[in-house]
Amino acid sequence: MTDLNRLSISEARDALRKGETTAKALTEACLTAIEGAGALNAFVHHTPEIARAQAAAADQRIAQGDAPAMCGIPLGIKDLFCTKGVPSQAASRILEGFRPEYESTVTTQLFEAGAVMLGKLSMDEFAMGSSNETACYGPVISPWRRQGDSAALTPGGSSGGSAAAVAADLCLGATGTDTGGSIRQPAAFTGIVGIKPTYGRVSRWGVIAFASSLDQAGPMTKTVRDAAIMLGAMSGHDPKDSTSADLPVPDFEAALTGDIRGKVIGIPREYRMEGMPAEIEALWTRGTEMLKDAGAQIRDISLPHTKYALPAYYVVAPAEASSNLARYDGVRYGHRASLAQGDGITQMYEKTRAEGFGKEVQRRIMIGTYVLSAGFYDAYYNRARKVRALIKRDFETVFAEGVDAILTPATPSSAFGIGEMASADPVEMYLNDVFTVTVNLAGLPGIAVPVGLDAKGLPMGLQLIGRPWEEGALLNHAYVLQRAAGFVSKPQKWW
Amino acid sequence: MLDLTFTPPAPKVIQGAREDWELVIGMEIHAQIASNAKLFSGASTAFGSEPNSNVSFVDAAMPGMLPVINEFCVEQAVRTGLGVKAQINLVSAFDRKNYFYPDLPQGYQISQLYHPIVGEGEVLVEMGPGVARRVRIERIHMEQDAGKSIHDMDPNLSFVDFNRTGVALMEIVSRPDIRGPEEAAAYVAKLRQILRYLGTCDGNMQNGNLRADVNVSVCRPGQYEKYQATQDFSHLGTRCEIKNMNSMRFIQAAIDYEARRQIAILEDGGKVVQETRLYDPDKGETRSMRSKEEAHDYRYFPCPDLMPLEIEQAWVDDIAARMPELPDAKKARFLEDYGVTDYDASVLTAEAENAAFFDAVAKGRDGKQAANWVINELFGRLNKEGRSIAESPVSAAQLGGVLDLIASGEISGKMAKDLFEILWTEAPGADPKEVAAARGMKQVTDTGAIEKAVDEIITANPEQVAKAKANPKLAGWFTGQVIKATGGKANPAAVNALVAQKLGL
Repeated sequence: MTDLNRLSISEARDALRKGETTAKALTEACLTAIEGAGALNAFVHHTPEIARAQAAAADQRIAQGDAPAMCGIPLGIKDLFCTKGVPSQAASRILEGFRPEYESTVTTQLFEAGAVMLGKLSMDEFAMGSSNETACYGPVISPWRRQGDSAALTPGGSSGGSAAAVAADLCLGATGTDTGGSIRQPAAFTGIVGIKPTYGRVSRWGVIAFASSLDQAGPMTKTVRDAAIMLGAMSGHDPKDSTSADLPVPDFEAALTGDIRGKVIGIPREYRMEGMPAEIEALWTRGTEMLKDAGAQIRDISLPHTKYALPAYYVVAPAEASSNLARYDGVRYGHRASLAQGDGITQMYEKTRAEGFGKEVQRRIMIGTYVLSAGFYDAYYNRARKVRALIKRDFETVFAEGVDAILTPATPSSAFGIGEMASADPVEMYLNDVFTVTVNLAGLPGIAVPVGLDAKGLPMGLQLIGRPWEEGALLNHAYVLQRAAGFVSKPQKWW
Repeated sequence: MLDLTFTPPAPKVIQGAREDWELVIGMEIHAQIASNAKLFSGASTAFGSEPNSNVSFVDAAMPGMLPVINEFCVEQAVRTGLGVKAQINLVSAFDRKNYFYPDLPQGYQISQLYHPIVGEGEVLVEMGPGVARRVRIERIHMEQDAGKSIHDMDPNLSFVDFNRTGVALMEIVSRPDIRGPEEAAAYVAKLRQILRYLGTCDGNMQNGNLRADVNVSVCRPGQYEKYQATQDFSHLGTRCEIKNMNSMRFIQAAIDYEARRQIAILEDGGKVVQETRLYDPDKGETRSMRSKEEAHDYRYFPCPDLMPLEIEQAWVDDIAARMPELPDAKKARFLEDYGVTDYDASVLTAEAENAAFFDAVAKGRDGKQAANWVINELFGRLNKEGRSIAESPVSAAQLGGVLDLIASGEISGKMAKDLFEILWTEAPGADPKEVAAARGMKQVTDTGAIEKAVDEIITANPEQVAKAKANPKLAGWFTGQVIKATGGKANPAAVNALVAQKLGL
């Protein structure tokens, strides 16, 4: 078999089980692809020794007939996941040199299922950003380009390294994390599938925290089926994470029946934003038609508090981040500024954090500190919490009225160029999350599915939002959409 | 209820240069929860371990680490709440208190500001027989302790020890119901006693396992009553908080100093500034800990890593059903069942183990006599030898056996003391009755034998007989001689009676 790195997870799994290929061959193909893809800057810490050892172990398991679905599948791991003995620094200078003594629950589960780690993937620093430009490693470059244009584009963020790596076939799948859209937006920008599961479905233990009440890890894959397979391996109750749900994990792949006849798809009118590009609008309509053609009922719905979601998100997330990031103080690990004679503890904090955190992280720490401070707490943080409760209720209401899934655009535009947003108001960048943050605020599962290309030849995706804990049904809707859209485009290799 | 019979003590009055002032005191007690593991990590809480040896990844706030509540600590907090007759909140929640300090690895302390696990309760603080202050408890919440910063090991560097980081504390917050330094110390002592009875805190103040923040203000006589009637704090003076006190003696001294400092300011026409102060035991004064510019803004908010803590009433009921008898009830029972004095009852109930020992000795015996023996002979001896009750060479059963021998008249009080000494030093664990028999310790009550001895002594000492007849008070000499002649075994009462009869007194 050639181009093994271009296989999907399900294809590779089947080939491995039939003995048509080996984990070793898959892994070597990916390592070669990674070596040739330095220009994308997606992999920032390479672990070929670990990969080869894991592949050998996987081949042995397969030979013994003990081969879980992920066995022998080469993956990229977002830098936000703590991986034992391997740099895990959330793309931040402040965690320079940090090699955890522990393995995150998600990677532990993936490795126990036989998955192979190729290396760590870049991301926006501490998962704060929508373009991967805030990474201390420099920006990730999307494998996609506008037709007839060699300008470097963003793969989106914060899981930009994961998105670029999967889209460019450097790995078969990658882990991502999503606090306000960090799996779904880059998936949409790069023409791949990304699912953020229900809050509590996947353990946060060992995942470097951004905003604890919103963070959730999920898979980024080439197909919906792959997402179902990989999510199954990542999910499950973890007693080490108090917010992890003690619920059984169903067989998500088995839910992919392709039958959604009679299901009710909600189209929320509040997501029809002013100034939305006509191409996104048209894509949305096309997606609606596809689901209708598959036998679903289409229903116009209202989620009245949608317009308050972005401001509420940009209060809650920075508030939690300002507290979560307090531990990076130079005392115990990571970067510590060199001090001048006479500098005390305050100078150590100030210099260390000023040098260690990038501008966007600093901005969010300051916003978060401000909204939690005495005299502002009620006006900002408390009000945002109330808004959050209302947004959650909006969804509960439509689900109670029989809606099975909600279809929306995934992003307000296709991918933009590196540096294009640099001079803009940071709020312009925050608007990338406008369709995705509601899902995090409500703790719901959401999936981005590639549906078409825009006039410039760039991928565009739609988002499906499901009922809590019903990822299986959500994936099935996404599966139908994927099949109907027949999206098979791949970026033309230029790197 | 027995405690209804108590009357409140008079508040402490301090005479200023111009007028009289009263004290108003409220306390926040930080009690380390007795538990082998920390509040949110499995690390050990052992005191005195090598620095940084009891530190988990969670305690060190490594990236991606998450807290998981230790259920036993929750049970201990509930038990404590029940012990101060408080309301138990079936739903409570954890908040983060944010501030930077090297011994606080997370950069925040997980605490319960908005929804504590224990609500209102009360503690009865006795200040003398029939006199007690009822101190209301406002709340008890759980929180993490910080680590320790060490600044005196190196001229340029500070060191941190995270062993204490994340250890579970209960903060027990009182209402401002305490009215003097002695009451404050008595309140801490009473709370400590209750915690030790419950086994929820070892109360070791030296190790810092029980520390108090003391809020002190002063007001003119009459103002406190207005506050009581309205619960309106504006009737009271501005308070200062004296932080981190871990000695009863210092608590009293600090309150006294602080009250006088505030009175001096007020009488000079000044204003007391609300602030946090530290007590310096060497200088015997309090001083300001931080200026207003450095005042912390803790940015409390609900900890997103923890779900609200929900407990079930059935679980609380189960804990309630397993509660030990607490000091107030035990003391009342000792007073009623054993007829001991108020003072003795207090001494006997100070520690649960002591009370249990006494209970075992006194059950079915003369309570007053048992109290005398337990307090004077046993506690006295233990104290002298620096032993705890658990290390007593004489068991409650043995002491009870000694008392039984006295009660049956088999041995005299004097013999009993000798027997006690033998049991203590020579025959630990032995049956007192057997020891007494083996050593020939038997009081002679046989009048025939005593009569013979009396006759002999009278016959041999005609001069003493003449003297005693002239002055009956001297008859005691004969009693002494008879007891001596019988080797101390004659029953003194029987000898007395016979001597008087034979001498015709």
